[in-house]
Order: sequence, then structure tokens, then C-alpha cells
Amino acid sequence: MKLLTHNMLTSKCMKGVTVGYPLKIKAVDVKENEIDFNPDFISRIIPKLDWPVLVKAADSIGKNDNLPEDLLPEYESDTDFLKKVHHVLLEIDIVNGELICPETGRKFPINNGIPNMLLNEDEV
Amino acid sequence: MELWSYSETIAGVHKQMKQYPYELIALYMKENQTFKIEVETFCRHFTQREKVEKLEAFSYLPVKGQVKLKGPDVVFQYIEYYGIDPKAPPENPYMVFFGRWITNGLRQLIQDLSLKNRKFIGNTSMDPQLSLLMANQAQIHPGDIILDPFVGSGSLLVAAAHFGGYVLGTDIDYLMLHARTRPSRITQKKREKDESVKANMAQYGLDHKYIDVLVNDFAIQFWKDDIRFDAIITDPPYGIREATEKIGTSKENCTVSEQHLSTHIPAKIVYGLSSLFYDLLAFSAKHLKLGGRLVCWFPIFREDYQEDGLPRNPSLQLVANSEQILNKHTSRRLLTYKKMSEPINKVMEERNHITDFRTRYYDNREETRKERRMKRAMERN
Repeated sequence: MKLLTHNMLTSKCMKGVTVGYPLKIKAVDVKENEIDFNPDFISRIIPKLDWPVLVKAADSIGKNDNLPEDLLPEYESDTDFLKKVHHVLLEIDIVNGELICPETGRKFPINNGIPNMLLNEDEV
Repeated sequence: MELWSYSETIAGVHKQMKQYPYELIALYMKENQTFKIEVETFCRHFTQREKVEKLEAFSYLPVKGQVKLKGPDVVFQYIEYYGIDPKAPPENPYMVFFGRWITNGLRQLIQDLSLKNRKFIGNTSMDPQLSLLMANQAQIHPGDIILDPFVGSGSLLVAAAHFGGYVLGTDIDYLMLHARTRPSRITQKKREKDESVKANMAQYGLDHKYIDVLVNDFAIQFWKDDIRFDAIITDPPYGIREATEKIGTSKENCTVSEQHLSTHIPAKIVYGLSSLFYDLLAFSAKHLKLGGRLVCWFPIFREDYQEDGLPRNPSLQLVANSEQILNKHTSRRLLTYKKMSEPINKVMEERNHITDFRTRYYDNREETRKERRMKRAMERN
């Protein structure tokens, strides 16, 4: 699972959960894959992200590559910055671990890079 | 193709070409240009020898260059058209065409993405031609984010990624996403260890377009409210070859005990087609960007079909609707919806009742089976 995906997920759909965001990450096995860099895509995706959540998520798995706390004002023209974001969003892959609901503590296992977000029948 | 001549007879084309003003074609027949002539006979088979004869009939052309079969500078194309019924082609072609080949279309992609040599396929993997068509219908642009909420083996995402989309998929079937279901190829005894949607992407050099797949029940969404996808393309299960399911149980007050929690496989109940499509449209109305498109298949019973009976949502406009006939009674329709407005909350939307395809499908079969038996009995008496 990539941090881009993590940025988009919430456990709000669960009973008794009001925000459910961001999910906590417990990373057991993290891989870094080289992926073609597409600056246009990265600049398009940045405004859609919850930036502080991305920085914290990268922090929590020990992969924060000196990302700034706040977004730079003119990031579109800053290739080095875009490359860093590209790396954090797409190249870091959590292969095994867990996503954890911040309110209930419910764990969602990640196996082979695929998170299992299925609830049990008594939870729906 | 730059058409130089066409006629209803072969002789007609040759007659036109012999009289063709030389200065108009001289540009492509210079001494230093290599060339070849392609012969295509549409819907009728000829031996290589017969094709060469057809080709040699053009020996009068004032070409000065050398023949080169691989990568020539100029390709002349000769086409004989024998209609569209391969079982009974006529003796002589209906139409004959000749001209200069300008460029190839993208049809080759259908072979390139063929399911025959794809790493990971499932029982209901979408044919590449239809997948590419769906990606076109969704108007995918480079850098778009595309979701398939019933992803399966990811065949739609392959096509979407080919047109530049970054792809996400979800599916309720854990074993499918982890490629632990029974293999779909008759020759294959066991799934290979490295089969996955990601491996499919890598096979076509599209792995940089792969974001993630998640095991997720479509009825319970984990996407954040403000997430917007550029397009949603999907082929939901129809309840025939793939089950329509969501998590749930008919038991009351059911709980999963602590000791079983880690290995528990959630129980599933039927997710009626009617509510599945209602949810799919509501989900798309919420999670598509304005102007974004939902492209999906919808199974129907042909005699019941009415455009009014198609799923609808006040925020989505149906912009295309085409039919693929499956058999005498059933077909599926490829529906393209465009998001016209943000959905208004808390308005009770009119829920379109859709006859359950599965029930109709099996009811009908039951009947025909009975009829067949009766008929056979009649014949015997």
C-alpha cells in the first residue's frame, strides 16, 4: 500500500466512528520501488492531498525525507521537491503491516501490499 | 489511407490506376524510395500464391524504387471487400480499393493486450477490445486517477493505464486479489506465486501507473468524503458467473469471538443487483469530479428492456448506451454517465426498481428446460 492511498482512506464508515482519519500505520515490511517520475501528475495531486497527514504518515514509518511541515507556495516549479513527494507518495510501498482505526483501534491487515478493509458481519 | 481508386470490379480499379495522373503519385514512386504492396481480402481467404497474383497485376505502376518487405518507405494498399459474412463470401468482391497507406490505427493494441498471454486472468476478465473501448468512453487523460470498484483481475485498469490513467481498484474477493482462486486457464493447474493486478501492469510496462488495490466491500466505503476520481470504470458482478455479495448475515445478534477474530472470514449475503447499481451510481455521483464519467456494464433481459428501466441518479446524465448481445434472451449494455452536478444531500431520491437479473435468468432457464423436456417427450410419442 502506498502513502497516496493511505491519504485517501478513513474508517468513518464503521459504527461509532466520527472522523476515522487519518488511519494509523504499523509497518512491518516496507519496500522502496523505483517508479517513473511524472512531475505533472505530482503537481496535480498535491492540492488534493491532506498534506500534514502525508508528512505524519511518512514520519510514522520512518521515511520522512525532510518533507516540509507546510506546503511550499510555488511547488510546481520546484523539481527537487516534486521528486521527494513522488518518492513518498508512490515509491514507498508498505508490503506487510496494519492500518489501525484511530478511534476504535480496529486493525486492518496489509498482506503482499494489499490492505484488507473487510469488516466482519457483526460490525456492519 | 490515401484512396487513389475504388470500383465495384477488380478491372475497374486497374483501369483507373492506369489512367491515374502520374504527377499526383510520382512523389511516392521515386527511385530512392523502397516500397511494398499489401494485399488484403476482407472476409474471403486466398492462398499466398493467389495474393501474389493479385499483387503482380499492378506491375504497370511506374514505381522506380526497390521492393522492401520490412519497413519500406511507402506502402501501397490493395483491398478486396467480400462483405461481412465469412461463411458465404461471394465469388467476386463487392468493392475494390487501392491507395497509399498513411498510418496504422490502434487496433494492434487488442493483440498487444490479449488475455491469452496475460499473466493474471480471472473467469470474467474483460476482453481487451471492450476494455480499451471502456477506457475511451471514460475519456481518460494522462495523469487522471481512475477507480474500478469491482476490479477482479484488473483487466479494465490495464486499458485505463494504457491511456495514461493512474489506477486504483477494490474488490470484495480476497482470494482473487491475492490470486489464490482456482486458475482460469484450462492448461494451468496452479496459480503462479507472483500473479497479481500489479504483475499485469508490469507485464505491459505500466507498473508506474499502478497505485493500489484494496480488499473492500463496495457497500462499505473507506474513501474519504472529499476524494474525487477522474473516472470510474467497472464491470460489476451480475450474479451469474460472479456472485453479487456484500458483508452481512441473516443471523441476529451475531458476534465473532475473540479467539476466531484473526482468521475469521466474514459471512456474506446477497447484494441485489438493484441496490448494487443504486449504490454504484450514488457512489459515482459523490466521488466523481464534475464532468467525470462512470462507464459500466449492465445486464438485461432483452424482452424487458426499456431505457426508463436503467439505473439513474439525479446528478448523473446518461450520455451513451450500447448493447452487446449475449444470447437470445440476454444482453448487457455499456452505459456511460457523466456527472453534471454535486449531489444534494438528504433528498430522498427516487429509487428505480430493477428486475433482478439473476432471478429472471434462472427462471427463464428453468422454463426452457421444462419446455425442452416436454418437446422431447412429444417427439417420442
